Amino acid sequence: MGKIIDKLREDVRFVEGLKACINCGTCTAICGAAEFYDYDPRAVVDAVQTGNDNEIIHLLKSETIWYCGECMSCKTRCPRGNAPGLVIMALRALSQDLGYFVESEKGRQQLAIKRTVGQWILDHGYCLYLEGVGTALHPEQGPVWDWKQKNWSAVLSRLGANYKGDGVGILRKIPEEALDEIRKIFEVTGGNERFNKIEEYSKKKAEEMNLEFGDGMDNEYFSHIYTSNNQKHNK
Amino acid sequence: MNIDGKIAIWKDYQKHIAADKYFYVRSCVRQNFFPGSETTFLRILREELGKDVYEHPCHTTCTGIGYHGDIVPLDTMMTVVARQFALMTEAGYENLVPSCITSFGIYTEVLDTWHHFPETEARVREYLKKATGREFKIPANIAHASDVVYKFRNEISAKAKYKLVNQHTGKPLKVVEHIGCHYSKMFPDKGIGGAEYPYVLIGMVNDWGGEIVDYPERRHCCGFGFRQYLVQANRGYSIACSHKKFESMQPYKPDMIITNCPGCPMFLDKWQYAIAEMEGKTYGENGQGIPVFTYEEVAGLILGYNPWDLGLQTHQVSCEPLLDKIGIPYNAAEKYDGVNGIKLGKPEKPAVLQCV
Repeated sequence: MGKIIDKLREDVRFVEGLKACINCGTCTAICGAAEFYDYDPRAVVDAVQTGNDNEIIHLLKSETIWYCGECMSCKTRCPRGNAPGLVIMALRALSQDLGYFVESEKGRQQLAIKRTVGQWILDHGYCLYLEGVGTALHPEQGPVWDWKQKNWSAVLSRLGANYKGDGVGILRKIPEEALDEIRKIFEVTGGNERFNKIEEYSKKKAEEMNLEFGDGMDNEYFSHIYTSNNQKHNK
Repeated sequence: MNIDGKIAIWKDYQKHIAADKYFYVRSCVRQNFFPGSETTFLRILREELGKDVYEHPCHTTCTGIGYHGDIVPLDTMMTVVARQFALMTEAGYENLVPSCITSFGIYTEVLDTWHHFPETEARVREYLKKATGREFKIPANIAHASDVVYKFRNEISAKAKYKLVNQHTGKPLKVVEHIGCHYSKMFPDKGIGGAEYPYVLIGMVNDWGGEIVDYPERRHCCGFGFRQYLVQANRGYSIACSHKKFESMQPYKPDMIITNCPGCPMFLDKWQYAIAEMEGKTYGENGQGIPVFTYEEVAGLILGYNPWDLGLQTHQVSCEPLLDKIGIPYNAAEKYDGVNGIKLGKPEKPAVLQCV
């Protein structure tokens, strides 16, 4: 394995996001995540700027890199044109590539995102496909969402959708040939490889944690990563 | 006053928005949560303004939520975007109109990346050719759907049946506007007014009779944070961000919130419900919430469209107090009806948040 910093430099987001940090802390001041979590984007940028492999590997295995919400407010405000949010995206990509993401509670959640958003993209052509995703998983959606879920197709039709229909329109059925093109793009560009790595490393971690690991959402490991919060993430 | 100087300065904050012949791409969030808004956008563009808006049945997500959830690699996202460009090129269009701020940010980021790192564009062209056999041209113009509504705000105003004015007091309604982070925080020169003076919603509200509320946390994120909402264990981040905004705006007693982004109105609506149930705190009048709207819903309301055609019945915070203030008529008995008046029952009432 080459130097970790060299791997980061292969990601254009890292190159674009980190020119020369002057450690002013403006990013931390504007950061919504820093206000909520025990998180300091200035310290993250400081660590990667050292180029020290051990420090960066420590970050890749940490909770820290998963706290950012990617709102990119830091990009607007950095007086040197850096974007800590882009640096975070490069770190997260590398953490998954090297399998380090499963070493943190927040990192392990990548499997949940892959099995929901990732699967919806491949199956339906959109990041969200929410029929059946009710208030058990999303209690904040409230009673109006229960009503909408109960009458999903009828409500969508009332509002002009072409639900599961042919042709154009809201939540139409994406033609199979179009979905095949999306799947092929995932195959040739590394999307499938990312998905497979998330699955493989998660499976190994589940065995290590002695948690049942199955397909989909109805298994012990998924439930654990989706809901667990050790309450050690905040200041 | 030196007008030339002023014009020169403000030039940096303007953007070109194509006038017609749009290639429309739908939003993952909006289709599920605010389908009436996409329907209304197309109705306004096609029926009120006579514009040519083309939708390709084979277009898909841009993968933006997956990309910012960090499960979709950069090259994959860029190649899916390139496929959208290819569909547009093949259809003979060159003005892209995404219905989503995340998508708008994604398209802008891709073009910026290709500009600064031309080798990435070359690589994506090869990927797309290999995966689909398609080729593409770079769009001549990318405007978010709200940019288009902004461009035609005066035409909409001219056809409007109502104004954002309190019919009882004659005063403008006090409107909180929420832009959505990826509209101009990443690439300020791509948004009307940039990151410092985002004007896209202000222009609509002012032209339609309302008055903007300036409050301390006006530019704070709604709290989506992608993985911070998608995973249940992280949602404290999301509700905390919205909570910070509500606490900051409440002293100004806003009549309504208008939003730019597909996700923000959902969060600003649903987190008011959750905060009410968790903390017993409400932010509107009489134990109700502050009604939250998309810009298409507001445009539809002033044009006199049936509120239930717009989808306002799917909001958790009741819209009726706002409709009453403006004087917009509505049929309460038909609120939860399906097509052709089919009765679909009614949602239960929340325990704390007062709903009509």
